[in-house]
Amino acid sequence: MNALQNLGRTVLTAVERIGRASLFFYEVLTGSWYLVRRFYLVVQQVYAVGVLTLLIILVSGLFVGMVLGLQGYNTLARFGAAESLGLLVALSLVRELGPVVTALLFAGRAGSALTAEIGLMKATEQLAGMEMMAVNPIDRVIAPRLLAGVIAMPLLAALFSAIGVLGGHIVGVGLLGVDSGAYWSQMQNNVDFYDDIFNGVIKSFVFGIVVSWIAVFEGYDAVPTSEGVSRATNRTVVFSSLAVLGLDFIMTALMFK
Amino acid sequence: MLQRTQLELWVGIFMALGILALVMLAFRVGNLSTADVVDGYKIEAHFDNIGSLKVKSPVTMAGVRIGRVSQIGFDDKNYQAVVTLNVDGRYKTIPKDTGASILTAGLLGEQYVGLDPGGSDQYLKAGDKITMTQSALVLEKLIGQFIFGKAGEPEPNKKP
Repeated sequence: MNALQNLGRTVLTAVERIGRASLFFYEVLTGSWYLVRRFYLVVQQVYAVGVLTLLIILVSGLFVGMVLGLQGYNTLARFGAAESLGLLVALSLVRELGPVVTALLFAGRAGSALTAEIGLMKATEQLAGMEMMAVNPIDRVIAPRLLAGVIAMPLLAALFSAIGVLGGHIVGVGLLGVDSGAYWSQMQNNVDFYDDIFNGVIKSFVFGIVVSWIAVFEGYDAVPTSEGVSRATNRTVVFSSLAVLGLDFIMTALMFK
Repeated sequence: MLQRTQLELWVGIFMALGILALVMLAFRVGNLSTADVVDGYKIEAHFDNIGSLKVKSPVTMAGVRIGRVSQIGFDDKNYQAVVTLNVDGRYKTIPKDTGASILTAGLLGEQYVGLDPGGSDQYLKAGDKITMTQSALVLEKLIGQFIFGKAGEPEPNKKP
């Protein structure tokens, strides 16, 4: 009986949270009008979530590309198709690894920071203070952060893929002796702009919305204590990673038939 | 907190880098620079065997890509492959008696359709058929011919 009651409570809490998150998202969207005349707030947040995430994205992109180069070469050389290395590296990065790994890193680096920041603002009653001054914290604090995440994610994913392709070039052409011309031409002949690159950008755009949404919602919804903020940060990373992986599967199934 | 100008500078650099990466992906990695067939027209060619030709394989004349394979079908009356070639609209003066053959880039590379211009002063229009075709080189057949000592002889049913 108790177990059933627990199950029921868990489900009810989950549904309630989803409902609150959706209403919250709607409020943030309508609150975005506030930013038209205060665009500097968004620029500040692009710095916080984009520029400060740049380094980890570039380094991981480079290494992921290099590892793809090594592993891909070993497998392709077995079938005498080592010249297709460029194609393998570019397609895996542009279609999957670029958007997904960027979103996971973004959740860990920027998402957790957003949640902690907003949660602490709530715990130290800064949000309540804003309301006292007749400033809507959703317009002023939440909306610029969400928008900045949506702007930054596709750019970060593009940087990740681009530097990964260069990393694959370093290893494949520089170390393993694949022909540089073959590396690029195989890539250009077989990577389609709309089918592969554009769909990858759409993916990262969706991930940008989802990860930033989860991050700001968890922060705004956090229990205003130090323990509550720590839990909210934890949930941000777990939920957004799971959401990214799940959505990626669905979008891949829809996009690449 | 950073100075406003410095922060704006960093964000500007970030945006520029991101857009640069997108442009690089589009032009260097993707096929946007080799702008695809512009308002092309379609020609059909029937082959006995197309080997591993695929949709989107290049169509070339004199080594220059002038179009792409847009569709591959099967003719169940003559048991032939029907390959639809989408040729760039800029090249409207391809003679009617042009021959098409399926060639291979490199020893094991991808296959493409090579067009050899004929001498006719009538030009191919949309929907026309190329009659003189040469099938793909199938390695197993070639080895078989070589073993039985016929490799040097011209194969019947082929363009002279």
